This record gives sequence, C-alpha cells and structure tokens, in this order.
Amino acid sequence: MSEAISVTGDSVLRLARGVKMRQDDVRQRTVLLAPERTVALDETGIAILSRLNGEASLDTIAAGLARSYNAPHSVILKDATTFLQDLADRRFLEAVT
Amino acid sequence: MSETGHQGQGGDTIDPPMAMLAELTHRCPLACPYCSNPLQLKQAKDELSTEQWIDVFDQAAKMGVLHLHLSGGEPASRRDLVELTQAASERDLYTNLITSGVGLTEQRMNSLDDAGLDHVQLSLQGADAQSADVVGGYKGGFERKMHVAEWTNSCGIPLTVNAVCHRRNMDDLDTMIDLAVTLQARRLEIATVQFNGWAVRNRAQLMPTSEQVAATTAKVEAVRERLKGVLVIDYVPADHFATYPKACMGGWGRIGINVDPTGLVLPCHAAETIPSLTFDNVKDKALPDIWYRGDAFNAFRGTEWMQEPCRSCERKHIDFGGCRCQAMAVAGDAAATDPVCAKSPLRDELRANAIAASAGDDTQPFVYRGRETVSS
Repeated sequence: MSEAISVTGDSVLRLARGVKMRQDDVRQRTVLLAPERTVALDETGIAILSRLNGEASLDTIAAGLARSYNAPHSVILKDATTFLQDLADRRFLEAVT
Repeated sequence: MSETGHQGQGGDTIDPPMAMLAELTHRCPLACPYCSNPLQLKQAKDELSTEQWIDVFDQAAKMGVLHLHLSGGEPASRRDLVELTQAASERDLYTNLITSGVGLTEQRMNSLDDAGLDHVQLSLQGADAQSADVVGGYKGGFERKMHVAEWTNSCGIPLTVNAVCHRRNMDDLDTMIDLAVTLQARRLEIATVQFNGWAVRNRAQLMPTSEQVAATTAKVEAVRERLKGVLVIDYVPADHFATYPKACMGGWGRIGINVDPTGLVLPCHAAETIPSLTFDNVKDKALPDIWYRGDAFNAFRGTEWMQEPCRSCERKHIDFGGCRCQAMAVAGDAAATDPVCAKSPLRDELRANAIAASAGDDTQPFVYRGRETVSS
C-alpha cells in the first residue's frame, strides 16, 4: 500500500506518472491533466509546479520563488504547502526519498 | 485553427469539448448483465478504420479535447490499439484505456506504455474470482485482471479500478476497497448500475435496496477520509433513491463527445435510445461542425429546451435536468425532467418500482448480454 504524503518544507516532490502539465492552446491557459481530472493553473501554480523536479526541497523552491517574486519566504512556503498538499491528497504527486 | 466562442440557442456560448469517449468497438468477451452499450451493437465490419480513428483524434485535439477515453466494448479487441494510442499521444491527448483486461498481455501492455498510454481503468465485476466471473459471464476473467493490474503497475502507469455496484455485490464493498488498495490503484470508481439499456432486463436481479444505498454512501464518505492521499474514490450513487438527478454528462453537449465504433457522434453513449434525434457521422462531417451545429448536440444543450419544473428550477445549472435517456425511457419524453427528481410527477411511482425490484430473489439468474441465461 502506498503511503499518503504529508507535505512539509523538507518534501522533495515531483508530478506522479500520468500527471502532466501542458498548454491548452484552444482555451489559452495551462492545465494539469491527471486521471479523469483537469485543473486549470494560475501563475502561482505554474511557477511552483514547473520547479518540482524531484531534486529540490520545497523549502529551497520557496526560497527561489521568494527571490523571483520579491515576497516573504514564509508566506510562499505556506501557500505552496497548502497547494501541494491538496494535489498530494488527490495522488497527483510523488515523494522522492 | 481553433473554434471558440460559438453562440448557441439563447445566446449562450458553446465551449469546445473537454473529453472524448471513443468506443473503438462493441466487441467484448464479457457478457455483463448491465452492459451499457446500446441494445443494437455495431458490427465489426462497420467499425472505423485505423486511419479514420486517427483523423478523429486529430480533429478532437485541434478543437480542444484534452482527455481521450479509449473504450468499447473491449478496446483491446482492436488489433490496432497500440497504434491508435500512439497517434493520440502524439497529438497530446491524455490517453485513458478503459478495459476489462481481457485481450491484454504483458507484452501488449509494455507496447501501450511505449506508445505513451497515460492511464488504465480496469473493470472489476466483483472482489473475488467466484463472484466476479459470475457477473462478467467469463470464466478466468478475474485472474486475468489481477495480472493486468500487475503489468500496469510494473509499467508505472496509474491504475483506476472501476467497480460497478448493484444489490449482489454492494455488501462486499469493503473487500473491493481493500482489493483496490492491494492492487495499488490510485483511484477507485464505484458506480451504481444505471438502469437503461441491457440492465433493464436485470432490474430485479441488480436493483440495490435503499438500505444498501444508504450504507454505501456513508461508507464511501468514511473511506475517503481514511484513505486520503492513498486512494481517490469517485462515486456514482443510485439515482433511483436520490432527491435530485445526476448531472448527466455534466450537461448535454457541454463537456463530453462520444464517437461510436462506426463513427456516429453522440452526446452520450445511450443517446440512440431517443428516437427523435438524428446523429451525424465523422465520415460525412467535420467534428467541430457536428459538435457546434449538429442537431443532436443542440437538442438539449443549455436550458432553452427545458419544460417545467426544470425551466424555473434553481438547480437547472447544477444538474441540467438530469438524464435525457432516463426521461425518455420512463416519462416517454426526452425533454421531461428526469423522473428520479423529487419535482417529477413520476418520481413516487419510479421509487416504488425500484423498491419492488430491489426485493427480487438473489438466486435469480442473470440475463447475460448476448448469451443464453446462465444459472449462477
């Protein structure tokens, strides 16, 4: 049985197999496609997911985003954790250990 | 070229379809008593060719379809399944194989993996070989499915277990959930039998009791919480015991487009049960033309077609009046409110009939699809 993921700053994550971020040209947006699901992504979602490479910890990713967007690290980490926990609960993510 | 911003009746915008159900074939080795394919199955000789299907996928991708469900019948009965999957994948469609597992081998699964298959939905007719093979009418089917799940996992392809539930297996739901977890499924679809088409012949054998329906609904809620992050459960409750109808197809001509084995384009897989509708074929017309301007798609699109009590109902944008095919079958009028709705004048009678059917004899044999009656 697979383990549920609890997302923290130490988590190293990537999109699970069968979960794809792609451009939806017809609707001019970026979507996340997963089994029987389509999630339209906003800019923040795209920024987070495009950095989930299965190597960097979420804390490192949040630090990078804080620099790029000139926003507090703690706020970004909190928002990203909430966003990714929701995706993890839907089995969109894989934890790399 | 993309087509968006089409105006429908009443000035509503018609959005492009999100998902296509491609019924590649109606051939199937199983004989399920609730088969959802039409009563009149399409013949193998009339099926679209490989090239014709690929052209359909090409048009679908260009007009905005994101998810492609490769279904049937049993899609593995098509020799060109790998080729079709590859063509769809090359067009960036998210490919989902909806299969009984019969007709797949380890080698074929590996080829599908190489072709870019994104997801496998494997049907289970029961939680053990004995009960599953009786329902599917195919001896050895369950064992084959267990292998298919294994091969799917070895490839790393996400697996969904599809479990159709009814009176004879609803009490085994815990075992089914445990099995889905053991098989490392990411998702479990628990769908109550829809009583149209072939399932009507097995109403007395399959109709769940109201107690089973209530217990199942409560159990799904509890298990969703317990298995959060492990198993995602999608659940289609028994609408005969509901207060409001299901939002069938997410609204007619709104999200999904269905192509049958011969290229006929349908707003839902059962739409041919509505005699007033005429359907276009991909052999004659371009797919966007059929979706945006076809008579069958516009017949029940939006809300302009609605009668009372739907027309003034505050839920008309939630459930879109429910299932048109059920309205046709029970009310004799495809534009009537779905008879399962609390606002339908037919609802009390429908529910009384469902309760009567649910008191059926559990030893009564199924009427199998395309076979003689086999005793269980």
